[in-house]
Amino acid sequence: MAEVLFFVFATMALGGAIGVVLNKSPVGSLLFMVGTLASMAGIFVLLEAHFLAAIQVIVYAGAIMVLFLFVIMLLNLGHDYEADTKKGFGAFVAFGVLGALAGVLSRQFSGAAQNPIYQLFPGPAGVDRLLSEQGIVGAIAIPLFTDYLVAFELVGILLLVALVGAVALAKKSP
Amino acid sequence: MLAEALVLSALLFVIGALGVLIRRNAIIVFLCIELQLNAVNLSFVALSRYLGIEGQLFVFFVMTVAAAEAAVGLAIIISVFRHYETVHVESFNSLKW
Repeated sequence: MAEVLFFVFATMALGGAIGVVLNKSPVGSLLFMVGTLASMAGIFVLLEAHFLAAIQVIVYAGAIMVLFLFVIMLLNLGHDYEADTKKGFGAFVAFGVLGALAGVLSRQFSGAAQNPIYQLFPGPAGVDRLLSEQGIVGAIAIPLFTDYLVAFELVGILLLVALVGAVALAKKSP
Repeated sequence: MLAEALVLSALLFVIGALGVLIRRNAIIVFLCIELQLNAVNLSFVALSRYLGIEGQLFVFFVMTVAAAEAAVGLAIIISVFRHYETVHVESFNSLKW
């Protein structure tokens, strides 16, 4: 069942991603992106990352995509339907190189689970035990507020800087 | 499911990179960068199933940085649009205005 659901979500994510790249209208691309993000949230659930799936839908598909939509509407690009993909030699080279890259990566990754290095780590059973002991949110929150506290605070400062910077950049210059 | 998720992540990353290379609309280029960040998030989550919960923490940080990057980048796009009246990346060809 989980395998079938995984392939359904994976197909939706890939189709959405291709839609993002090929759609002519910016709003259409954005809607395809929301579909991709939602199906990736489904894959997160299948991989036992329930909290991240919720965050993915709320923050990414909710907040960040709405920010993009605001900018598209603000700049009045909603009916910009002319095709803007680059044609010619460069696009073919990009397609070929990236296709080869995808092939190499897929070949490398398809044997990943058999790699002996995974014996050194807790594995799915260990992670499941941690999740059932501390809960789905607790398993993330406890290391976040102990071992990674400095990184957490720095990310807070980064968000503040980004907020001030965005206001300063988008403000009309006098 | 680990191998399949990693392959999916590689394919999504490559599609995002292709979008960055062949699209001219700056907002779509940005959207494709978000797609690439998400592909990396997917491989973090898939590997965290095997290597411990820390991978999910890093997804958290990546999402925060992506949000900050989207806010600043879209502000830059708005400010550039005020000057050039377009968001096509090929029209941004002067270092100073």
